[in-house]
Amino acid sequence: MTPAAPTPLALIAELTHRCPLHCVYCSNPLELGHRADELSTEEWSRVFREAAEAGVLQVDFTGGEPLARPDIVDLVLAARATGLYVSLITSGLPLDEARLDELVQAGLDHIQLSFQGAAEESANEISGTKAHAHKLKVLDWLKRRRVALTLNFVIHRSNIDQLGEMLALGESSCAGRIEFANVQYYGWALANRENLLPTREQLDRSVEFLKRAQERLRGKIQVEYVVPDYYAKYPKACMGGWGQRLMLITPNGDALPCHAARIIPGLHFDNLKDRSLREIWEKSEAFEKFRGEAWMPEPCKSCDRRTRDFGGCRCQAFLLTGDAAATDPVCSLAPQRSMVDVILAAANGSAAESLVKPDWIYRPNPA
Amino acid sequence: MSTPDLNSRPRLAVGCRLNEKGQQSRVLHMPEKALRLNGPSLEIIERCDGKRTVQEIISDLQNLYSKAEPQKVADDILGYLARLHDQRALDFISDQAERSTSAT
Repeated sequence: MTPAAPTPLALIAELTHRCPLHCVYCSNPLELGHRADELSTEEWSRVFREAAEAGVLQVDFTGGEPLARPDIVDLVLAARATGLYVSLITSGLPLDEARLDELVQAGLDHIQLSFQGAAEESANEISGTKAHAHKLKVLDWLKRRRVALTLNFVIHRSNIDQLGEMLALGESSCAGRIEFANVQYYGWALANRENLLPTREQLDRSVEFLKRAQERLRGKIQVEYVVPDYYAKYPKACMGGWGQRLMLITPNGDALPCHAARIIPGLHFDNLKDRSLREIWEKSEAFEKFRGEAWMPEPCKSCDRRTRDFGGCRCQAFLLTGDAAATDPVCSLAPQRSMVDVILAAANGSAAESLVKPDWIYRPNPA
Repeated sequence: MSTPDLNSRPRLAVGCRLNEKGQQSRVLHMPEKALRLNGPSLEIIERCDGKRTVQEIISDLQNLYSKAEPQKVADDILGYLARLHDQRALDFISDQAERSTSAT
Protein backbone atom coordinates (compact mmCIF):
# COMPACT_ATOMS: atom_id res chain seq x y z
CA MET A 1 0.00 0.00 0.00
CA THR A 2 1.51 3.31 -1.07
CA PRO A 3 1.31 6.17 1.42
CA ALA A 4 -0.56 9.38 0.58
CA ALA A 5 1.46 11.85 -1.46
CA PRO A 6 2.96 14.78 0.48
CA THR A 7 2.67 18.34 -0.83
CA PRO A 8 5.12 19.06 -3.65
CA LEU A 9 7.37 22.03 -2.84
CA ALA A 10 9.36 22.84 -5.94
CA LEU A 11 9.09 22.53 -9.66
CA ILE A 12 12.14 22.12 -11.86
CA ALA A 13 11.11 23.40 -15.28
CA GLU A 14 13.43 22.30 -18.08
CA LEU A 15 12.15 24.91 -20.53
CA THR A 16 14.31 23.67 -23.39
CA HIS A 17 17.27 21.39 -24.02
CA ARG A 18 18.81 23.91 -26.42
CA CYS A 19 22.05 25.35 -25.03
CA PRO A 20 25.00 27.32 -26.37
CA LEU A 21 27.28 25.35 -24.03
CA HIS A 22 28.36 21.72 -24.42
CA CYS A 23 29.52 20.89 -20.89
CA VAL A 24 31.06 17.48 -20.45
CA TYR A 25 29.07 16.88 -17.24
CA CYS A 26 25.66 18.16 -18.40
CA SER A 27 22.80 16.74 -16.31
CA ASN A 28 20.50 16.52 -19.33
CA PRO A 29 19.67 13.04 -20.63
CA LEU A 30 21.77 11.56 -23.43
CA GLU A 31 18.68 11.74 -25.59
CA LEU A 32 17.84 15.45 -25.72
CA GLY A 33 14.37 16.90 -26.33
CA HIS A 34 13.61 18.54 -29.67
CA ARG A 35 12.59 22.17 -30.10
CA ALA A 36 9.44 21.29 -32.04
CA ASP A 37 8.07 19.31 -29.05
CA GLU A 38 8.58 22.06 -26.44
CA LEU A 39 5.59 23.27 -24.40
CA SER A 40 4.16 26.64 -25.48
CA THR A 41 3.99 29.77 -23.31
CA GLU A 42 0.31 29.03 -22.58
CA GLU A 43 1.00 25.43 -21.65
CA TRP A 44 3.77 26.40 -19.24
CA SER A 45 1.56 29.10 -17.73
CA ARG A 46 -1.13 26.52 -17.02
CA VAL A 47 1.50 24.24 -15.43
CA PHE A 48 2.58 27.09 -13.10
CA ARG A 49 -1.03 27.72 -12.04
CA GLU A 50 -1.60 24.03 -11.36
CA ALA A 51 1.66 23.83 -9.43
CA ALA A 52 0.84 26.80 -7.19
CA GLU A 53 -2.63 25.35 -6.54
CA ALA A 54 -1.04 22.02 -5.53
CA GLY A 55 1.09 23.86 -2.93
CA VAL A 56 4.35 24.30 -4.86
CA LEU A 57 6.34 27.31 -3.55
CA GLN A 58 9.16 27.69 -6.04
CA VAL A 59 9.96 27.12 -9.69
CA ASP A 60 13.47 26.76 -11.06
CA PHE A 61 13.76 27.67 -14.73
CA THR A 62 16.49 25.53 -16.20
CA GLY A 63 17.32 23.68 -19.40
CA GLY A 64 19.46 23.48 -21.44
CA GLU A 65 19.72 27.20 -21.36
CA PRO A 66 16.34 28.68 -20.34
CA LEU A 67 17.26 32.01 -21.96
CA ALA A 68 17.13 30.21 -25.31
CA ARG A 69 13.34 30.54 -24.97
CA PRO A 70 12.32 33.82 -26.67
CA ASP A 71 9.29 33.98 -24.31
CA ILE A 72 11.40 33.79 -21.12
CA VAL A 73 10.16 37.17 -19.80
CA ASP A 74 6.53 36.12 -20.30
CA LEU A 75 7.23 32.87 -18.48
CA VAL A 76 8.69 34.78 -15.50
CA LEU A 77 5.60 37.02 -15.46
CA ALA A 78 3.26 34.03 -15.65
CA ALA A 79 5.01 32.18 -12.82
CA ARG A 80 5.18 35.25 -10.56
CA ALA A 81 1.48 35.94 -11.17
CA THR A 82 0.67 32.61 -9.49
CA GLY A 83 2.77 33.56 -6.44
CA LEU A 84 5.66 31.19 -7.17
CA TYR A 85 9.22 32.17 -6.27
CA VAL A 86 11.08 32.26 -9.57
CA SER A 87 14.68 31.23 -9.95
CA LEU A 88 16.65 31.24 -13.22
CA ILE A 89 19.48 28.74 -13.62
CA THR A 90 21.58 30.02 -16.48
CA SER A 91 24.95 30.08 -18.18
CA GLY A 92 24.41 33.81 -18.69
CA LEU A 93 25.59 33.45 -22.27
CA PRO A 94 22.49 34.72 -24.14
CA LEU A 95 22.07 37.62 -21.68
CA ASP A 96 22.47 41.31 -22.49
CA GLU A 97 21.69 44.28 -20.24
CA ALA A 98 18.28 45.01 -21.77
CA ARG A 99 17.10 41.42 -21.35
CA LEU A 100 18.40 41.39 -17.77
CA ASP A 101 16.38 44.54 -16.99
CA GLU A 102 13.25 42.97 -18.47
CA LEU A 103 13.70 39.85 -16.35
CA VAL A 104 14.22 41.82 -13.13
CA GLN A 105 11.21 44.01 -13.91
CA ALA A 106 9.09 40.91 -14.56
CA GLY A 107 9.80 39.88 -10.95
CA LEU A 108 12.60 37.36 -11.29
CA ASP A 109 13.61 36.57 -7.69
CA HIS A 110 16.94 34.84 -8.06
CA ILE A 111 19.60 34.03 -10.63
CA GLN A 112 21.93 31.09 -10.39
CA LEU A 113 24.85 31.76 -12.71
CA SER A 114 26.98 28.75 -13.59
CA PHE A 115 30.74 28.89 -13.93
CA GLN A 116 33.00 26.18 -15.29
CA GLY A 117 35.99 27.52 -13.35
CA ALA A 118 37.83 30.77 -12.65
CA ALA A 119 40.41 30.52 -15.44
CA GLU A 120 39.22 31.32 -18.93
CA GLU A 121 41.02 28.64 -20.90
CA SER A 122 40.12 25.64 -18.74
CA ALA A 123 36.54 26.86 -18.23
CA ASN A 124 36.07 27.14 -21.98
CA GLU A 125 37.51 23.67 -22.46
CA ILE A 126 34.86 22.18 -20.16
CA SER A 127 31.95 24.05 -21.76
CA GLY A 128 33.20 23.52 -25.31
CA THR A 129 32.35 27.21 -25.90
CA LYS A 130 34.03 30.59 -25.41
CA ALA A 131 31.69 31.51 -22.56
CA HIS A 132 33.82 32.63 -19.63
CA ALA A 133 34.51 36.24 -20.64
CA HIS A 134 30.82 36.94 -21.17
CA LYS A 135 29.95 35.50 -17.74
CA LEU A 136 32.32 38.04 -16.16
CA LYS A 137 30.43 40.82 -17.94
CA VAL A 138 27.13 39.46 -16.62
CA LEU A 139 28.57 39.54 -13.08
CA ASP A 140 29.35 43.20 -13.57
CA TRP A 141 25.83 44.03 -14.82
CA LEU A 142 24.30 42.21 -11.86
CA LYS A 143 26.07 44.52 -9.39
CA ARG A 144 23.81 47.35 -10.53
CA ARG A 145 20.55 45.43 -10.32
CA ARG A 146 18.35 44.26 -7.48
CA VAL A 147 18.12 40.51 -7.91
CA ALA A 148 19.57 37.76 -5.71
CA LEU A 149 22.57 35.93 -7.11
CA THR A 150 24.09 32.52 -6.52
CA LEU A 151 27.31 31.54 -8.26
CA ASN A 152 27.51 27.87 -9.05
CA PHE A 153 30.89 26.30 -9.71
CA VAL A 154 30.81 22.73 -10.93
CA ILE A 155 33.79 20.97 -9.41
CA HIS A 156 35.78 18.04 -10.78
CA ARG A 157 39.26 16.60 -11.01
CA SER A 158 40.78 19.27 -13.22
CA ASN A 159 39.49 22.36 -11.38
CA ILE A 160 39.19 21.20 -7.76
CA ASP A 161 42.66 22.56 -7.00
CA GLN A 162 41.59 26.08 -8.08
CA LEU A 163 38.94 26.75 -5.44
CA GLY A 164 40.88 29.78 -4.15
CA GLU A 165 40.54 31.59 -7.49
CA MET A 166 36.86 30.65 -7.73
CA LEU A 167 36.14 31.89 -4.23
CA ALA A 168 37.94 35.17 -4.99
CA LEU A 169 35.79 35.61 -8.09
CA GLY A 170 32.70 34.97 -5.99
CA GLU A 171 33.77 37.42 -3.29
CA SER A 172 34.38 40.14 -5.87
CA SER A 173 30.82 39.70 -7.18
CA CYS A 174 27.51 40.59 -5.51
CA ALA A 175 26.60 36.95 -4.87
CA GLY A 176 24.87 36.13 -1.60
CA ARG A 177 25.55 32.43 -2.11
CA ILE A 178 28.33 30.45 -3.73
CA GLU A 179 27.88 26.76 -4.46
CA PHE A 180 30.76 24.41 -5.09
CA ALA A 181 29.01 21.39 -6.48
CA ASN A 182 31.00 18.32 -7.36
CA VAL A 183 29.82 16.60 -10.50
CA GLN A 184 27.27 13.85 -9.93
CA TYR A 185 27.68 10.87 -12.22
CA TYR A 186 24.72 10.55 -14.56
CA GLY A 187 24.28 11.10 -18.28
CA TRP A 188 27.16 13.04 -19.82
CA ALA A 189 29.11 13.12 -16.57
CA LEU A 190 29.00 9.33 -16.31
CA ALA A 191 30.35 9.08 -19.85
CA ASN A 192 33.26 11.33 -18.78
CA ARG A 193 33.64 9.98 -15.25
CA GLU A 194 37.25 8.85 -15.35
CA ASN A 195 38.33 12.36 -16.31
CA LEU A 196 36.10 14.08 -13.75
CA LEU A 197 36.27 12.10 -10.50
CA PRO A 198 38.76 13.77 -8.10
CA THR A 199 41.20 11.84 -5.95
CA ARG A 200 40.54 11.42 -2.23
CA GLU A 201 43.46 13.69 -1.44
CA GLN A 202 42.05 16.43 -3.68
CA LEU A 203 38.65 16.04 -2.09
CA ASP A 204 39.94 16.20 1.50
CA ARG A 205 41.93 19.34 0.73
CA SER A 206 38.91 20.99 -0.88
CA VAL A 207 36.58 20.22 2.03
CA GLU A 208 39.11 21.64 4.47
CA PHE A 209 39.42 24.81 2.37
CA LEU A 210 35.67 25.28 2.00
CA LYS A 211 34.98 24.77 5.71
CA ARG A 212 37.39 27.62 6.48
CA ALA A 213 35.74 29.79 3.81
CA GLN A 214 32.30 29.09 5.28
CA GLU A 215 33.50 30.20 8.68
CA ARG A 216 35.21 33.36 7.41
CA LEU A 217 32.28 34.51 5.25
CA ARG A 218 29.46 33.74 7.70
CA GLY A 219 26.80 36.45 7.54
CA LYS A 220 28.27 37.84 4.29
CA ILE A 221 28.17 35.05 1.73
CA GLN A 222 26.73 31.57 2.17
CA VAL A 223 29.24 29.02 0.97
CA GLU A 224 27.83 25.60 0.19
CA TYR A 225 29.44 22.50 -1.18
CA VAL A 226 28.39 19.13 -2.45
CA VAL A 227 30.92 16.28 -2.35
CA PRO A 228 30.89 13.46 -4.89
CA ASP A 229 28.74 10.82 -3.25
CA TYR A 230 31.08 8.04 -4.39
CA TYR A 231 33.31 9.17 -1.50
CA ALA A 232 30.51 9.46 1.05
CA LYS A 233 29.74 6.96 3.79
CA TYR A 234 26.00 7.23 3.25
CA PRO A 235 24.06 8.12 0.11
CA LYS A 236 22.55 11.51 -0.62
CA ALA A 237 18.85 12.07 0.10
CA CYS A 238 18.26 12.26 -3.64
CA MET A 239 15.57 14.87 -4.48
CA GLY A 240 14.57 14.84 -0.79
CA GLY A 241 13.02 11.44 -1.46
CA TRP A 242 11.32 10.11 -4.59
CA GLY A 243 8.00 11.91 -5.10
CA GLN A 244 8.34 13.72 -1.76
CA ARG A 245 9.19 17.33 -2.66
CA LEU A 246 10.10 17.88 -6.28
CA MET A 247 8.71 17.46 -9.75
CA LEU A 248 10.83 17.90 -12.86
CA ILE A 249 9.15 18.78 -16.12
CA THR A 250 10.96 18.09 -19.38
CA PRO A 251 10.74 20.50 -22.33
CA ASN A 252 7.87 18.50 -23.87
CA GLY A 253 5.85 18.35 -20.63
CA ASP A 254 6.70 14.91 -19.25
CA ALA A 255 6.62 14.91 -15.44
CA LEU A 256 9.58 13.11 -13.84
CA PRO A 257 10.52 12.50 -10.20
CA CYS A 258 14.13 13.55 -10.99
CA HIS A 259 16.49 14.61 -13.79
CA ALA A 260 17.64 11.15 -14.72
CA ALA A 261 14.51 9.03 -14.09
CA ARG A 262 14.04 8.35 -17.79
CA ILE A 263 16.93 5.89 -17.74
CA ILE A 264 15.01 3.50 -15.47
CA PRO A 265 13.51 0.83 -17.71
CA GLY A 266 9.78 0.16 -17.60
CA LEU A 267 8.76 3.47 -16.01
CA HIS A 268 5.99 5.34 -17.80
CA PHE A 269 5.93 9.14 -17.48
CA ASP A 270 2.69 11.07 -17.79
CA ASN A 271 2.58 14.30 -19.75
CA LEU A 272 1.11 17.55 -18.42
CA LYS A 273 -0.75 18.02 -21.71
CA ASP A 274 -2.82 14.92 -20.83
CA ARG A 275 -3.27 14.98 -17.04
CA SER A 276 -3.28 17.63 -14.32
CA LEU A 277 -0.17 18.21 -12.25
CA ARG A 278 -1.90 17.18 -9.04
CA GLU A 279 -3.19 13.97 -10.56
CA ILE A 280 0.25 13.06 -11.88
CA TRP A 281 1.92 13.90 -8.55
CA GLU A 282 -0.55 11.90 -6.49
CA LYS A 283 -1.42 8.97 -8.70
CA SER A 284 0.96 8.42 -11.59
CA GLU A 285 2.86 5.17 -11.76
CA ALA A 286 6.25 6.90 -12.02
CA PHE A 287 5.78 8.98 -8.85
CA GLU A 288 4.30 6.09 -6.87
CA LYS A 289 6.97 3.61 -7.87
CA PHE A 290 9.59 4.48 -5.23
CA ARG A 291 7.58 6.76 -2.97
CA GLY A 292 7.75 5.78 0.69
CA GLU A 293 9.38 2.58 1.94
CA ALA A 294 7.41 -0.33 0.48
CA TRP A 295 9.91 -0.87 -2.37
CA MET A 296 12.97 -0.98 -0.10
CA PRO A 297 15.25 -4.01 0.09
CA GLU A 298 17.46 -4.84 3.05
CA PRO A 299 19.58 -3.27 4.48
CA CYS A 300 17.46 -0.13 3.80
CA LYS A 301 14.16 -1.57 5.03
CA SER A 302 15.37 -1.95 8.63
CA CYS A 303 17.93 0.89 8.57
CA ASP A 304 17.58 3.85 10.95
CA ARG A 305 18.70 6.20 8.19
CA ARG A 306 15.92 5.25 5.77
CA THR A 307 13.84 8.32 6.69
CA ARG A 308 16.86 10.58 6.12
CA ASP A 309 18.37 9.33 2.87
CA PHE A 310 15.48 7.25 1.50
CA GLY A 311 17.87 4.53 0.35
CA GLY A 312 19.77 7.01 -1.83
CA CYS A 313 19.38 7.53 -5.55
CA ARG A 314 17.31 5.13 -7.68
CA CYS A 315 18.98 6.19 -10.91
CA GLN A 316 22.45 5.66 -9.50
CA ALA A 317 21.39 2.25 -8.21
CA PHE A 318 20.25 1.34 -11.71
CA LEU A 319 23.30 2.79 -13.48
CA LEU A 320 25.78 0.94 -11.28
CA THR A 321 23.96 -2.32 -10.43
CA GLY A 322 21.33 -2.68 -13.15
CA ASP A 323 18.59 -2.74 -10.49
CA ALA A 324 16.75 0.53 -9.72
CA ALA A 325 15.36 -0.97 -6.48
CA ALA A 326 18.79 -1.83 -5.05
CA THR A 327 20.34 0.05 -2.15
CA ASP A 328 22.34 2.95 -3.62
CA PRO A 329 25.78 1.29 -3.98
CA VAL A 330 27.60 4.37 -2.67
CA CYS A 331 26.22 3.47 0.79
CA SER A 332 28.85 1.80 2.96
CA LEU A 333 26.15 -0.67 4.07
CA ALA A 334 25.13 -1.59 0.51
CA PRO A 335 25.83 -5.18 -0.59
CA GLN A 336 27.27 -3.79 -3.85
CA ARG A 337 29.50 -1.08 -2.35
CA SER A 338 32.58 -2.85 -3.74
CA MET A 339 31.58 -1.66 -7.24
CA VAL A 340 32.11 1.92 -6.13
CA ASP A 341 35.36 1.04 -4.35
CA VAL A 342 36.74 -0.39 -7.60
CA ILE A 343 35.93 2.90 -9.38
CA LEU A 344 37.58 4.90 -6.59
CA ALA A 345 40.65 2.67 -6.62
CA ALA A 346 41.09 3.39 -10.32
CA ALA A 347 40.64 7.13 -9.77
CA ASN A 348 43.24 7.08 -6.97
CA GLY A 349 45.68 4.71 -8.71
CA SER A 350 49.07 5.67 -10.10
CA ALA A 351 47.65 6.21 -13.61
CA ALA A 352 45.48 8.96 -12.17
CA GLU A 353 48.57 11.05 -11.47
CA SER A 354 49.76 11.24 -15.05
CA LEU A 355 48.83 14.41 -16.85
CA VAL A 356 47.02 13.40 -19.98
CA LYS A 357 44.77 15.74 -21.89
CA PRO A 358 41.31 14.25 -21.42
CA ASP A 359 39.38 13.01 -24.41
CA TRP A 360 36.08 14.70 -23.57
CA ILE A 361 32.71 13.56 -24.83
CA TYR A 362 30.85 16.85 -25.37
CA ARG A 363 27.10 17.27 -25.07
CA PRO A 364 25.72 18.27 -28.51
CA ASN A 365 22.77 20.57 -29.25
CA PRO A 366 19.37 18.99 -29.96
CA ALA A 367 17.64 19.38 -33.32
CA MET B 1 26.63 34.48 15.20
CA SER B 2 26.73 38.08 16.43
CA THR B 3 23.95 39.89 18.30
CA PRO B 4 22.16 42.52 16.22
CA ASP B 5 22.52 46.18 17.16
CA LEU B 6 19.30 47.33 18.88
CA ASN B 7 19.27 50.58 16.89
CA SER B 8 19.70 48.96 13.47
CA ARG B 9 16.73 48.44 11.17
CA PRO B 10 16.37 44.89 9.80
CA ARG B 11 15.17 44.53 6.23
CA LEU B 12 14.63 41.43 4.10
CA ALA B 13 17.69 40.87 1.90
CA VAL B 14 17.48 40.86 -1.87
CA GLY B 15 15.90 37.63 -3.09
CA CYS B 16 13.91 37.17 0.13
CA ARG B 17 10.20 37.93 0.39
CA LEU B 18 7.05 36.87 2.17
CA ASN B 19 4.55 34.98 0.06
CA GLU B 20 1.24 36.70 -0.49
CA LYS B 21 -1.47 36.77 2.15
CA GLY B 22 -4.30 34.38 1.48
CA GLN B 23 -2.01 31.47 0.57
CA GLN B 24 -2.51 28.24 2.55
CA SER B 25 0.41 29.07 4.81
CA ARG B 26 2.80 31.98 5.12
CA VAL B 27 6.40 31.37 4.14
CA LEU B 28 9.55 33.42 3.80
CA HIS B 29 11.01 32.71 0.38
CA MET B 30 14.78 32.68 0.18
CA PRO B 31 17.10 31.63 -2.64
CA GLU B 32 17.00 27.81 -2.69
CA LYS B 33 14.71 27.45 0.32
CA ALA B 34 11.60 28.63 2.11
CA LEU B 35 10.85 28.96 5.83
CA ARG B 36 7.36 28.27 7.10
CA LEU B 37 6.34 30.99 9.52
CA ASN B 38 4.15 30.45 12.55
CA GLY B 39 2.66 33.13 14.84
CA PRO B 40 5.67 34.84 16.44
CA SER B 41 8.08 34.33 13.51
CA LEU B 42 5.54 35.87 11.12
CA GLU B 43 5.03 38.79 13.50
CA ILE B 44 8.78 39.40 13.52
CA ILE B 45 9.31 39.05 9.76
CA GLU B 46 6.40 41.35 8.94
CA ARG B 47 8.16 44.04 10.96
CA CYS B 48 11.51 43.67 9.19
CA ASP B 49 10.69 46.52 6.83
CA GLY B 50 13.87 48.61 7.07
CA LYS B 51 11.96 51.24 9.08
CA ARG B 52 11.50 49.72 12.53
CA THR B 53 14.56 49.24 14.75
CA VAL B 54 15.35 45.95 16.46
CA GLN B 55 14.39 47.62 19.75
CA GLU B 56 10.99 48.64 18.35
CA ILE B 57 10.31 45.12 17.10
CA ILE B 58 11.17 43.74 20.54
CA SER B 59 8.84 46.23 22.27
CA ASP B 60 6.03 45.42 19.82
CA LEU B 61 6.28 41.71 20.47
CA GLN B 62 6.63 42.15 24.23
CA ASN B 63 3.27 43.92 24.10
CA LEU B 64 1.78 41.33 21.78
CA TYR B 65 2.94 38.42 23.95
CA SER B 66 2.49 40.17 27.30
CA LYS B 67 2.12 36.91 29.20
CA ALA B 68 5.62 35.82 28.25
CA GLU B 69 8.71 36.82 30.18
CA PRO B 70 9.91 40.08 28.45
CA GLN B 71 13.60 39.16 28.63
CA LYS B 72 12.86 35.77 27.07
CA VAL B 73 10.95 37.46 24.22
CA ALA B 74 13.88 39.81 23.61
CA ASP B 75 16.44 36.98 23.64
CA ASP B 76 14.36 34.85 21.30
CA ILE B 77 13.98 37.70 18.82
CA LEU B 78 17.68 38.57 18.90
CA GLY B 79 18.59 34.92 18.32
CA TYR B 80 16.09 34.59 15.49
CA LEU B 81 17.26 37.77 13.74
CA ALA B 82 20.91 36.73 14.07
CA ARG B 83 20.17 33.31 12.55
CA LEU B 84 18.31 34.87 9.63
CA HIS B 85 21.21 37.26 9.10
CA ASP B 86 23.65 34.34 8.98
CA GLN B 87 21.42 32.74 6.35
CA ARG B 88 21.58 35.98 4.33
CA ALA B 89 17.85 36.58 4.71
CA LEU B 90 18.22 39.91 6.53
CA ASP B 91 20.29 43.06 6.25
CA PHE B 92 20.68 45.31 9.28
CA ILE B 93 20.66 48.96 8.24
CA SER B 94 22.44 51.26 10.64
CA ASP B 95 21.79 55.01 10.54
CA GLN B 96 25.47 55.41 9.71
CA ALA B 97 25.12 53.26 6.59
CA GLU B 98 21.93 55.10 5.68
CA ARG B 99 23.75 58.42 5.61
CA SER B 100 26.64 57.11 3.55
CA THR B 101 24.21 55.50 1.05
CA SER B 102 22.25 58.69 0.57
CA ALA B 103 25.49 60.64 0.13
CA THR B 104 26.51 58.64 -2.95
